[in-house]
Amino acid sequence: MTTSTRATRILGALAVGGLALTAVLALVVSPPDVNQKDAVRLLYLHAPTAWLALYLSFGVTTISSALYLWPRTRARFWDLAAGASAEIGVLFLGLTLVIGSIWGRTTWGVWWTWDARLTTTAVLFVLYLGYLALRRVPDDTEVRSKRCAIAALAAFVGVPIVHQSVEWWRTLHQPASILDERRLLDPAIHGSMAWTLVVGVIAFTLVYAWLLIHRFRVAWLEERLEDRVLESALAERRAEASAELVRGPR
Amino acid sequence: MFRDAALVAGKDLRVEFRSRVATNQVAPYALLVLIVFAFALDPDRGFLTKAAPGLFWVAVVFSALLAIQRSFTIEAADGGRDALRLSGLDPSGIFIGKAGAVAVQLALLEVVLGLGVVVLYNAPLGGAVLLATTCVLATVGLAAAGTVFGVLVGGLRVRDTLLPLLLLPVLAPLVLGATRATEYALAGTPADGWLWVQLVGAFAAVYTAFGIVAFGPLLEES
Amino acid sequence: MTYAGYVFAGYGITFVALGVYAWRLVARGRALSRALPPEERRWR
Repeated sequence: MTTSTRATRILGALAVGGLALTAVLALVVSPPDVNQKDAVRLLYLHAPTAWLALYLSFGVTTISSALYLWPRTRARFWDLAAGASAEIGVLFLGLTLVIGSIWGRTTWGVWWTWDARLTTTAVLFVLYLGYLALRRVPDDTEVRSKRCAIAALAAFVGVPIVHQSVEWWRTLHQPASILDERRLLDPAIHGSMAWTLVVGVIAFTLVYAWLLIHRFRVAWLEERLEDRVLESALAERRAEASAELVRGPR
Repeated sequence: MFRDAALVAGKDLRVEFRSRVATNQVAPYALLVLIVFAFALDPDRGFLTKAAPGLFWVAVVFSALLAIQRSFTIEAADGGRDALRLSGLDPSGIFIGKAGAVAVQLALLEVVLGLGVVVLYNAPLGGAVLLATTCVLATVGLAAAGTVFGVLVGGLRVRDTLLPLLLLPVLAPLVLGATRATEYALAGTPADGWLWVQLVGAFAAVYTAFGIVAFGPLLEES
Repeated sequence: MTYAGYVFAGYGITFVALGVYAWRLVARGRALSRALPPEERRWR
């Protein structure tokens, strides 16, 4: 008895296969970059995790939160999905930051710099950590879910502002230099580099899907367990009470 | 809605006036933050003067955290939250009232901190219109966003640690915009600062609107 | 300069983190399933 089914096992196998293929392509098949040499191989991990975290994971969290709040679509499903996706998003974003930092060390010589994207990413990372902390606060399920859903939307509302403000901050009076990450991830990349990136994105999407399904199911089971524990505690108490009635208070 | 707002704001401010927590505790805390910065940074090489705008707004934000927590702590005692919910007041009005009271306290704090920065850090003054606009908009934004997250965590026992964790990342653009605008105002080139004021204004507008809509549901929970 | 060490560190951290997280998810799922009777599961 587990949270796996045949479908998820197939998905998992595909995901692992995809990751393996990505690794082979990234580490062996694709060539080193003219400027960055082998450090470019890190980008095949960095870019997919970033895109998946920022757009897919947190996007799912936001949409699920909205669906949960909307009375006609309210269901436990959406609340659990929002939480699961956020947790995976934080994991991916954390990886994005770590790998990005390592890459930065090789190419820019520094572990960190206050460029527009990094700053936005760091802020978002902490923001969603806060959201996860809020989810853990024990409370009545409905109450907690509603509160978290509103928090998710309140956070999301700030995301474009964070993005825009940091863009202005770092690009308005600073001419693009060699440190401009955008130049280095030139969309005009060709050949095996482009393919490796595509494979990487697909592989990580499969990983995300697999993780999401399992995380969701774990959350679902946890909730069932909580309900049963509560029910059995109530039943016990009721039994005690009626026994007292028969017996008389001790 | 506005009548309820005035009612709630009046109540909050009267509580504050009688207990004097803002004057006796938050304002000294704010000044202490300025002093600690002076210990941390080298006062002799002009760092403090150059960093004055940023340090000012950081001090304002930290003080705001206290003010917002206080705003909801006074409700938490004696079941004030339930009373607020059952009172029949328009929740949007309650939001505006609470945020308004926080804004007033912050405005006064900013005057104190502004004086502190000018005196302690040797900061120049200038670009009065830009400065004033920035402060007004930033105060509104701070109070609005703070009240939204304040009510979100207000009923929880972990609210004191959770509020900064949730609020500070959200406030990042506000701090950014307000600091840049202040810098340009003090440097005598206010023209560049107005762009940042727009950012702060947008932030204030967004969170005020969000608060007006979301405060009701949030108050209902917990 | 090959940066090999950095690259391997990056890949290592990624795969280890993902693996550990996945492993703990599955383990938690197993433990929870054991604590509940079979009718509580929604899928299949």
